[in-house]
Amino acid sequence: MELNIVGRVRRVSGPVVECYQMQAAKMFELVEVGNERLIGEVVHLEEDRAVIQVYEDTTSLRPDAVVYGSGMPLSVELGPGLVSTIYDGVQRPLDLIREKEGEYIKRGVHFPALVRKKKWHFIPEVSCGKRVRGGEIIGRVPETGLVEHRILVPPQVEGEVVKIVSEGDYTLDDTIAVLKEENREIPLFMFQRWPVRIRRPYRQRLALKYPLITGQRVIDILFPVAKGGCVAVPGGFGTGKTMIQHQLAKWSDADIVVFIGCGERGNEMTDVLMSFPKLIDPRSGRPLTERTVFIANTSNMPVAAREASIYTGITIAEYFRDMGYNVAVMADSTSRWAEALRELSGRMEEMPADEGFPAYLPTRLAEFYERAGMVKTLSGREASVTIIGSVSPPGGDFSEPVTQHTKRFIRTFWALDRDLANARHYPSISWMESYSEYIADIAAWYAENISKEWLDYRNSIMELMQKEARLQSVVKLVGPDVLPDTQKLILETALLFKTAFLQQNAFDKIDTYTPALKQFKMLKIIVEFYRRGLEAIRAGVPLVFLKKIAAYRKITRMKFSVANEDLGRLDEIYEEMKEEIKELAE
Amino acid sequence: MSVRGEKEYRGLNEIVGPLVFIKNIHDVGYNELVEVIDEEGHRRLGITLEVEKGAAVVQVFEGTANLGLKSSRLIFKERPLDLGVSEEMLGRIFDGLGRPQDGFGLGKEEERRDVSGLAINPTARTYPEKFIQTGISAIDVMNTLVRGQKLPIFSGAGLPHDRLAAQIVRQAKIVDEDSNFCVVFAAMGIKYDTARFFIDNFRQSGVLERVAIFLSLADAPSIERLATPRSALTLAEFLAFRKNYHVLVIMTDMSNYCEALREVSTLRGEVPARKGYPGYLYSDLASLYERAGLVASATGSITQLPILTMPNDDITHPVPDLTGYITEGQIVLERELAQKGVYPPIAGLPSLSRLMKDNVGEGKTRSDHPHLASQLFAAYSQTKDVRALASVIGE
Repeated sequence: MELNIVGRVRRVSGPVVECYQMQAAKMFELVEVGNERLIGEVVHLEEDRAVIQVYEDTTSLRPDAVVYGSGMPLSVELGPGLVSTIYDGVQRPLDLIREKEGEYIKRGVHFPALVRKKKWHFIPEVSCGKRVRGGEIIGRVPETGLVEHRILVPPQVEGEVVKIVSEGDYTLDDTIAVLKEENREIPLFMFQRWPVRIRRPYRQRLALKYPLITGQRVIDILFPVAKGGCVAVPGGFGTGKTMIQHQLAKWSDADIVVFIGCGERGNEMTDVLMSFPKLIDPRSGRPLTERTVFIANTSNMPVAAREASIYTGITIAEYFRDMGYNVAVMADSTSRWAEALRELSGRMEEMPADEGFPAYLPTRLAEFYERAGMVKTLSGREASVTIIGSVSPPGGDFSEPVTQHTKRFIRTFWALDRDLANARHYPSISWMESYSEYIADIAAWYAENISKEWLDYRNSIMELMQKEARLQSVVKLVGPDVLPDTQKLILETALLFKTAFLQQNAFDKIDTYTPALKQFKMLKIIVEFYRRGLEAIRAGVPLVFLKKIAAYRKITRMKFSVANEDLGRLDEIYEEMKEEIKELAE
Repeated sequence: MSVRGEKEYRGLNEIVGPLVFIKNIHDVGYNELVEVIDEEGHRRLGITLEVEKGAAVVQVFEGTANLGLKSSRLIFKERPLDLGVSEEMLGRIFDGLGRPQDGFGLGKEEERRDVSGLAINPTARTYPEKFIQTGISAIDVMNTLVRGQKLPIFSGAGLPHDRLAAQIVRQAKIVDEDSNFCVVFAAMGIKYDTARFFIDNFRQSGVLERVAIFLSLADAPSIERLATPRSALTLAEFLAFRKNYHVLVIMTDMSNYCEALREVSTLRGEVPARKGYPGYLYSDLASLYERAGLVASATGSITQLPILTMPNDDITHPVPDLTGYITEGQIVLERELAQKGVYPPIAGLPSLSRLMKDNVGEGKTRSDHPHLASQLFAAYSQTKDVRALASVIGE
């Protein structure tokens, strides 16, 4: 990259650097600062003055140091080699940095995001003479066992293919095709660049209709998310946000997962990096790393790069979407990103709004979450980006600005509950405070693919849980003994539902992932236990007898004891329960 | 590190609390070391908090008492605040900036290290997986401590957090392993008696010669507390990742550290976030806590046991709150239990060890450990509910 001197440093305050003689600079231009060539981005321009946020530690940077301009905005490289790689917030490959620099991340380290020397096997999909437009697929590269990387024409380019290489092994620097447009020849490579702060184009937005199956019962049944939807997961520390993010990154049925560790713990990232290669995708039998892109900007890494990490991640997600894939983005945690925004804003001496956050916080959140969606891509495929963002509210108080503003731009809300977490009820998603607005969108899919009764059972159990909450407030005043058996049955069924269904052990081989059909069958058994039990009680059977039936114990253990491939066992338990209750009533 | 020489200036423009503003200077770097010399020739250390063309803001660690505007001299050292480290620092006592306080000389340094440290590359870490037996059932069974973990003690004034920390130092060991163990102790703004208690305890348990002590007591300038944990962790990193020691770092009291940070932030007129603490409190705390862990290139480890007293026992206060978001769990002490005479008064439900999940069970502790622990948690939680009910409708 050719870099010209565009200005000089005037003031240094942490990651915020003020410069002068910057008339030539452009907004959001990528720059390098000082002898160590620290990477930064122009975020404010005023006459000859520019403010740069620097993505590395600025220790020892001094006034009058030189600023080099790149002439282009902060961008990511998109092409084969993204999958399985771990990047920092500005897409520097952390494993290569480690090979060169050792255990610490030193300053001024420059690496291209994609390895140039590696050869990839390219299979052309178009031939000479064809006119291609931005977003069309001109070839494919088998990137990993799970991902076929489709090589796209960059969005703003079009023309007639005048040259395309034959099938074979090429590096990223090799020209693989040449387009001709109005006497101008445009060489194409297997990779392209895209500025992170601008969303990639698509043909049109589509309505959401497919659920993202996560294998987590409380999510899929009670508070589902559609492919292309947005979820917020708020919870105080220790309530299990990160565990939920990990579980979703492992088991959700997306084609590609982009995992952004934004301002979180180093050891958690290590855990992900060490455990994912060992985990096997239940659908394909391949290691889960083969469909995952990792971005790690841990809490002790530079704060400006933390701000950028969210955009780096979502841009990579959009790129895979443009190939026709369903992509899930896990951002853990968006609060740390908002705090990075606050820190940078404070250092720029901007006027603060709520709790010191800048007034543009809601705008930035909206811009981010609106990059999710189900779209028809430029090449006419249906594809989606789903965002699951965790929120870390100070003191676990959901009335703080980040949670409140986030709620305006998402449609599923998984509120994590401190009391549930304290009782080690995981996932600690509160069934009273959480909601999903996608149920109507995806009910048709469930009716078609799982059961027509899916929605009915789902609504029944929600209603039952509401009733239980009301009864619990009575119980708190007068104790449970005064309730009639019909109402005690509600309490019993709710307890059964909580322990046998909602609680899910991420460390149990079977329980960690529940297929959609198994979830439905389990739900049906529990709801039917209530319905038939209620009839029996009305026919004079005491509640204690209901709990003593042999099937009851099997129901409590069905999540562990019934293998995911052996769902016939659940039908047996269901029949057994029906029979036993019938016998009691007779 | 290149020594580019030093620059000396005489005369200051403004002094506010621990901050010094100087103008008409040239070519001074951000976050670099400064020596401040008063009329009588006493030297104090500081760093540049902000640099501008022709001006700088310097934070003076030893306070600004007795400094005059005209008579003071500043020497800009052109290097970051660093610490000479060596294995021989074990068994010694230093101040917050790493200068000996036990009457002996400096000793030979093996390496000089920037006290701010660098971020560990997440790909270079190894995941903590050795269970540390502390002999305290509420920790070992319910909130297992793991080598390389950062597990703070959330306490309150008057609760026995010091006794608990000292007990952990005395008893902690890895089952079936005779290891290269040492302690780095950082005291920030605590009383002399508390420091004395720890030192006596180290002596009695015979580990004193394996402890490096960094003291910045309540009567030392509050600003020195900002350097204390950094000096301590710099030595800890050297011992763990160069000399392969298993280092236990005790930092007490983190609340005092955060207050010093708030003090500087307020004096600089920064926009506060919650309760007057600066917006970067999270990042700043993370730059300390994240220095715990293990790396693939060394066999040593850093385990952190920070202690903080929650103002008014409020766990939602910014200091415990942000700490909890960074550390891998927390041991919470409960006043009610302490008043009943229960020792250690470890609160059953809010205490948590995040690394426990992967480090107990078959081949690690006992095969029934995870189930037993979760049953105990469930039972405890139910008992709490029943007790709440009983307090309304009677036993």
